[in-house]
Amino acid sequence: MAARGHLVGALMFLIAAAVGPALPDWAVSLAAIAFANALVVLGLVVMWRAGLVSFGQALYYCIGAYAVALIARWTGFTDAVALVAIGGVGAGIVAALVGFLLARYREIFFAMLSLALSMILYGVLVKTESLGSTDGFSVATPTFFGLSLHGDKLILALYWLTLGIDAIAAAAVGYYFRSIAGALAAPIRDNEIRVEFLGVSVTGIVHGKVVIAGTLGGLGGALAALTIGHVDPAMAYWTTSGGFVFVTILAGAGSVAAAFVGSLLFEAARSIAVDVMPGLWQMLLGAVLLLTILFLPEGLGSLAARVGKRGEVKR
Amino acid sequence: MSEILAVRDLEKTFGSLVAARDITVSIPAEQTVGVIGANGAGKTTFINMITGHLVPSKGTILFENKDITGLPSREITRLGISRSFQVAQIFPTLTVRENMVVAAAIARRGGGMLGAVTTPVHSPAALAEAEATVELFQISRYADTPAGLLPQGVRKLLDIGMAVVGWPRLLLLDEPTSGISIEEKFDLMQVVMSALKTRRITVLFVEHDMEIVGRFADRVLAFYEGTVIADGTPEQTLGDAKVQELITGVKARSAGTSHV
Repeated sequence: MAARGHLVGALMFLIAAAVGPALPDWAVSLAAIAFANALVVLGLVVMWRAGLVSFGQALYYCIGAYAVALIARWTGFTDAVALVAIGGVGAGIVAALVGFLLARYREIFFAMLSLALSMILYGVLVKTESLGSTDGFSVATPTFFGLSLHGDKLILALYWLTLGIDAIAAAAVGYYFRSIAGALAAPIRDNEIRVEFLGVSVTGIVHGKVVIAGTLGGLGGALAALTIGHVDPAMAYWTTSGGFVFVTILAGAGSVAAAFVGSLLFEAARSIAVDVMPGLWQMLLGAVLLLTILFLPEGLGSLAARVGKRGEVKR
Repeated sequence: MSEILAVRDLEKTFGSLVAARDITVSIPAEQTVGVIGANGAGKTTFINMITGHLVPSKGTILFENKDITGLPSREITRLGISRSFQVAQIFPTLTVRENMVVAAAIARRGGGMLGAVTTPVHSPAALAEAEATVELFQISRYADTPAGLLPQGVRKLLDIGMAVVGWPRLLLLDEPTSGISIEEKFDLMQVVMSALKTRRITVLFVEHDMEIVGRFADRVLAFYEGTVIADGTPEQTLGDAKVQELITGVKARSAGTSHV
């Protein structure tokens, strides 16, 4: 079962990588951003399975992005792979620290505390004029193991880098879901007391989930910063967090793959909608969210599961 | 028979309130011990001190000759002392089998958080252990039912099964028959006790129904105002004058009143 999942997942990533060169620049760049954001969504899925929603995941996204931008600006170091790794680790460390606070809260308090932390960062960045205040600043063009690329080659390289990190993250999160700590998500949602009495620290497990989600958020932000070529405080703003939660609801917590498909659909729908009917994007967003909650409460991922089940019955 | 639990001069005070005092008890392996007493007599305080949920103010607790006094509860669980609950503590959205698998996987894992992240939950060993325990407690036909939909008696069996799946040597049952109808009580206890005998588990169970105590316990401890006032076979303890006066109330009733 797991082995088949790995195979299908690897195949999907390879196909996504293979079609890259055939697509126009704007599509590759859109897909790269979508797949970068998917990492943040994957982190939200990790927490959501345990009944935890963070309305401040943009905190880690923004930390990852600014870490990359600042290191490139201050030190001139531009290696893409190393920068993204630093972005992820940096956000992970911040998550580990704030996790001591967050892991003690649940439900709306967890959600709002996450939101508060991200808004503090937003406030600080807006007030920091040396970093461009609300305008932010540009990110230096990244290099790949000493190789400097430009134009469509650069976009394609960033797209592949994003896919590569996504594949590693998807495999790692899949492994985590099958571990005791990962499988304890539903039990924690159901009955924390019992989990404690079985001999596991619930706070410890939740802390772990915050760190995983934070690291993924940082990786996503770092990749997005390189692809967009610009960072600004809006990356920490609550509407950014809201967008990630939106995609999480759309995708559902059922599968790892749904996070990637959901994120791609979301970015594609947004750019088409903004083009075709400017000003109506938010309305469309609201309508889709409404329909998802009404008819697909377990998200797009459950659709695949349903089709799979029907197939099994037929056989 | 070798001694599995030795409690000496145990005392617990909350400010000026004495919840437990002068408790000295030695329990040999594989004995089934009933614990009786009115509400507030210190039964649950006693159990909570053994499981590490309360730290004793005084005294020592030896489990298999190891001093466990004041150890954190998770540590004590890992050493082989398990407990069940007055209100069944289960995972309602998981099936009975999944409930058991989670409990089995946790019990089998190596120590700490790293073990939890690196050990797969569905290991063949955990699955086998879960399956065996589901069978032992005779709830196989509910294996694929979400635990939230179970009848009360099956919930209790699942709860106790989850405490047993990790092969503890000592099990503390807090009112295993509470919330169960009188007709079902004996059958439930029969299943539980024969399962525990099969695994050779030493049992301490808190119970208010004296018929159940008389039938299933090898030995009965009677608690009153935080201390043990009688300790002996069910006949000895339940026949004790002080116990009858203070706990079971047999003497207070007229001789003609039947047990209900």
